[in-house]
Amino acid sequence: MGEYADKLPKKMLDDLRDYLEKKGKVNESKLKKILDTAVDEYNNARVQAGESVGLISAESIGEPGTQMTLNTFHFAGVMEMNVTLGLPRIIEILDGRKELQTPSMEIYLKQPYSKGKDIREFALALKETKLSDIALEFSISLIDSEIEVKLDKEKMKSLNINNSYVISSIGKQVKGFNAKDNKDSILLRMKSKEESVNEVYRAKEKIKDVHIKGVKGISQVLPVKRGEEYLIMTSGSNLADVLQLEGVDHYRTTTNNVDEIREILGIEAARQSIINEVFKVIENQGFNVDIRHIMLVADTMCVSGAVKGITRYGVVSEKASALARASFETPIKHIINAALIGEIDNLNSVVENVMLNQVVPIGTGMTDLIMKPKNGKN
Amino acid sequence: MAKEKIVEKEAKAEKKEEEGIAEAAEKPSEEAELLAEGLAEQTPEEALESAAAEASPIAPKKEEIEPQESHISKQVKSISFSILSPKLIKDMASAKIVTPELYDKEGYPVDGGLMDIRLGVIDPGLRCKTCGSKLKECIGHFGYIELARPIIHIKFVNIIMTLLKATCRDCGRILIPKNKLSRYKEILDEVEKERGIEARRDKIKDVITNLKTINKCPNCKARQKKITLEKPTTFIEEEKRISPIEIRTRLEKIPDEDTLLFGLHAPHVRPEWMVLTLLPIPPVTMRPSITLESGERSEDDLTHKLGDIVRINQRLFENINAGAPEIIVEDLWDLLQYHVTTYFDNEIAQLPPARHRSGQPLKTLTERIKSKEGRIRHNLAGKRTNFCARTVISPDPMLELNEVGVPNIIAMKLTVPERVTAWNREYLKKFVEMGPKKYPGANYIIRPDGKKKKITDETKEASLEEIQPGYTVERHLMDGDIAVFNRQPSLHRMSMMCHRVKVLPGKTLRLNPAVCHPYNADFDGDEMNLHIPQTEEARAEAEILMEVQTQLISVRYGLSIIGCVQDAISGNYLLTKNMELSKNEAIDLLAAVGIDNFSKLPRKEKVDGKEVFSALIPDDFNFTGKTRENEEVTIKDGKLVEGYMDRANLGEGSGLLLRNMHKRYGKAFTIDLLGKIFRLGIEVLLRNGFSSVISDTDLPENARLKIKETLDNARKEVDHLISEFKDNKLDAFPGKTLQESLELRILEVLNKARNETGKIVEDFADQGSHTMIMAKSGARGNLLNLAQMAACVGQQAMRGKRIEKGFAERTLSSYKRMDLSSEARGFISNGFKTGLTPTEFYFGSMTGRDSLMDTALRTPKSGYLYRRLANAMQDLKVEYDGSVRDSSNRIIQFDYGEDGIDVSKSEKGLINVKRIVKSVG
Repeated sequence: MGEYADKLPKKMLDDLRDYLEKKGKVNESKLKKILDTAVDEYNNARVQAGESVGLISAESIGEPGTQMTLNTFHFAGVMEMNVTLGLPRIIEILDGRKELQTPSMEIYLKQPYSKGKDIREFALALKETKLSDIALEFSISLIDSEIEVKLDKEKMKSLNINNSYVISSIGKQVKGFNAKDNKDSILLRMKSKEESVNEVYRAKEKIKDVHIKGVKGISQVLPVKRGEEYLIMTSGSNLADVLQLEGVDHYRTTTNNVDEIREILGIEAARQSIINEVFKVIENQGFNVDIRHIMLVADTMCVSGAVKGITRYGVVSEKASALARASFETPIKHIINAALIGEIDNLNSVVENVMLNQVVPIGTGMTDLIMKPKNGKN
Repeated sequence: MAKEKIVEKEAKAEKKEEEGIAEAAEKPSEEAELLAEGLAEQTPEEALESAAAEASPIAPKKEEIEPQESHISKQVKSISFSILSPKLIKDMASAKIVTPELYDKEGYPVDGGLMDIRLGVIDPGLRCKTCGSKLKECIGHFGYIELARPIIHIKFVNIIMTLLKATCRDCGRILIPKNKLSRYKEILDEVEKERGIEARRDKIKDVITNLKTINKCPNCKARQKKITLEKPTTFIEEEKRISPIEIRTRLEKIPDEDTLLFGLHAPHVRPEWMVLTLLPIPPVTMRPSITLESGERSEDDLTHKLGDIVRINQRLFENINAGAPEIIVEDLWDLLQYHVTTYFDNEIAQLPPARHRSGQPLKTLTERIKSKEGRIRHNLAGKRTNFCARTVISPDPMLELNEVGVPNIIAMKLTVPERVTAWNREYLKKFVEMGPKKYPGANYIIRPDGKKKKITDETKEASLEEIQPGYTVERHLMDGDIAVFNRQPSLHRMSMMCHRVKVLPGKTLRLNPAVCHPYNADFDGDEMNLHIPQTEEARAEAEILMEVQTQLISVRYGLSIIGCVQDAISGNYLLTKNMELSKNEAIDLLAAVGIDNFSKLPRKEKVDGKEVFSALIPDDFNFTGKTRENEEVTIKDGKLVEGYMDRANLGEGSGLLLRNMHKRYGKAFTIDLLGKIFRLGIEVLLRNGFSSVISDTDLPENARLKIKETLDNARKEVDHLISEFKDNKLDAFPGKTLQESLELRILEVLNKARNETGKIVEDFADQGSHTMIMAKSGARGNLLNLAQMAACVGQQAMRGKRIEKGFAERTLSSYKRMDLSSEARGFISNGFKTGLTPTEFYFGSMTGRDSLMDTALRTPKSGYLYRRLANAMQDLKVEYDGSVRDSSNRIIQFDYGEDGIDVSKSEKGLINVKRIVKSVG
């Protein structure tokens, strides 16, 4: 079977192998015959040159899009979290947005956590705690430009932190304060003398956001059992920090934020993430779209090495033809810029030729026929 | 053709010059050279010569073919964009415009006016002074006016600003030291490659600020002043205004090599051209005037605007010549600037738009090009066609799937051109003889020189005499002609398929209901369009690529998209489930379907329904599949041995039976068979009767009691949960508040109750009732619908929650505040047959409205997403090496979909290895 590896796609070979193994012994000549038929079938099923695959993919995603729901639904189960689904999510992914409506992660764990050991504690340790979460009150004394932070001792106890830890966290993240431990509260005084009242107020807001414990950005955690295994779902996402944690299975842990994946794992991972995310939504909505179409969209977004959205700033702006760009959005801008550069449009793509009433260089229009008339005219 | 487009474009975008290769020879030598260099282009004559001389088998990639006959059109190979130079404006102009007057007393266009007949003609009877052609033949010619003072082109304000800021006000050099130039050039090129031309210009500004050369020119050491832009068109240098004259002289000083750094490619573009000294006047043909009924002329918006410009320009000239005070000249100058600015763009934020007397804003150049209704998207990317028809559609199951029923009236208006030859002359003469009013006749004949002649009763005789080979007859549409059928929105390629014409009486377009699904059509008043291809190429492509049978398998998911629907499914379900017919009935049925070979029927008195169905299937067909209820379906040697037919096998989307047929016997056979199966189903129902009745939803007394009990229990349980919640005894789910947890629990209880009532209905309802058969076979409706009618409609949910909006803390004023009980939050415990209480009805309409809104809001959103996708991906195609590339030949995928398999040739994206192994034996 090995020699057919470059004649048949891997998936097909695997299917064949599985099926034949199940069926029992097949002799040599018959195997060869089977494989040869398979090669024939495969070659017959290949795309024809000139096929306008881009448009087919666009149609295949755009058409079910008209039937998708607009609402954000939580998962069917009772206990799971809110996740953007349906059309808004598809738009979000294909726009190549960096800020998501509902960022979330699926954190897979290594043994023994994956078997459910200390899963609750592990999950809670992930959750981000800010100063405002453990503070009872922030008060400002205008005379000394001092900020007093009253602390919730009970909460701190349950999170296993003490005052000095809090002070050092504040010191690390916000500069320009002298902190004093006052047992139930912390007193913060501005280092520089002449600070305006406004400045103090601004500082107060800043201090509220000081990160105390857990992973930044993770606002909710939920341990879930999937199959035999426990994993943690979160709302809020911070792949870089989570991957560095002890006990996290960094092979499978993932986030729904494509851009984060691109930054940390690279463009190929981002491409796969786009495919997975789009496929998940389409499947969830009960539509049937072949994975190849989604792959092609993901590939167009990622060819340049960065994740480009399907917008006038992203993929469309990279087109070679000024007329093609102009036919999408902001035509004037594109034409003016083309004029400034002295751009030459070679009419290689579809719209320009439609504009000029010419044959489109795709599909049956891709071929050129050259006839050399014998002895001059006919 | 090419020329027309180009001229039109030039006029519109105003500062762009575009040229096709056909014109290369006429261009000034400099530009022609550049074109030839960049594109290896040749003028048509040269191309032909060189091809003949070398006689090389490998011709240049795109050869220009000299038109040998009039119907071979020229091809535009490339279009280059640049800014019009004053010289070019003057050279391409055929008239200088000097007066704002349009017509003289006789209504004749004034020489040197905006409607000068040297700019083309729009009145019938006049001849163009430039080219001598008449109306419609002359495409129009440009003119120009000389502006009394330079005017800044509004569209170039930003780049002018960058240029002024980044170059020395004295020597015109860029404010980057010479020794660092090459390094920064690389950086800039990098930026442009990554983020485009605009980012490049921003980067230049950054570079100069960072180099601290902003105050002193590194070249001539001259002190630089701070320049600000007062929008829209005033440049201020340290509180003093820089006049456009000054701006122009500064721009002139910038050497060519420095403009390159800004991405301006001299000699196509010189910065000083962005300050206008001459203004091209577009031909009258692109701003025609309309003659109103009263005989009054109404001029185009552009003409109005140009009139303003010319008038103010003349005034400015006069004032300058008369030596008027500076302030008056300045005022007029500003006014001229305003008019020229609004001529280009009437939607500039800082300027009041120029208006008609009626107060509505003028539509000037930018508005003409821009947006969906603009030139580009409305006229260039989207076109209108002749030879098409549109009416209401209605179903006709007796048509084949690939036929379309065309009403007589339409068939006599739409025509097909047929070329007269020695062999078909007599045949075509018959059409002409019938004339345009009798069917099948002909409407026009076309002479070899292209002249079109209408056939009327008077001209009929003459036409008949005249016809000889070389003529074309436009005959009426006939059975078997090829037509393209379409329903909007055309979301996928199956929205436009090729059908065979079948001329029928009546006034609607008819189609087989089985093809409704790909078009997403129904018959509640839908209209569809019909197009008749007019050339052999178009017909061939339509037939080979677009005909219904070629679209049987969806490219979206690799399964059949056309299958049996509605009655056809119920009919086949009934037939194959358990129906016995007498031999006569069976033969009658098959004959009605269109089968004339009854040898497949067994020789016995009573025939089983399965055997009747088997009569359609070829003898060597084997198939195993599953029904909707997961029972085995086996077809062995062309006989349905086990199971029955339902939507899982016959319907669209899932129809594996059809997919297998297609694979085995090809498209033509499948579509024929599908048509027969479809008709078989309908004939069965026709013979047995099939209708749904209210009594189908009747339930026996004990079932009703059971349902009541289930609902009562659910209500009690909800009340119990609420009281627990009020006593704070309820546990919260992790990550949820108490309230949320309560809601979730209640929802769960109520949904369970509804499902239970559904079960009861399923168990107790009459299994043989037609409603039940429809639900079970998957023809229409489902058990849930039945349960909603017979027992209980269930919880009305909005956004995944029970209804909570309305009044303060309650849904309706009929309930107490904070009432969390099931009926107060939208649970409908009645069925549709028993009828709903007023509050229940109100809740039902709330969710109904909500879903309507959802659809209304979704359509534009998804439409935009689709447009973006289509636009971004439309020029990806598979190359001969199997890779997917875009129009600039960049590789997107090395092998399409990683394995090169065409989804429409696969089975749900895979190749069925099982069948391959089986087929080998």
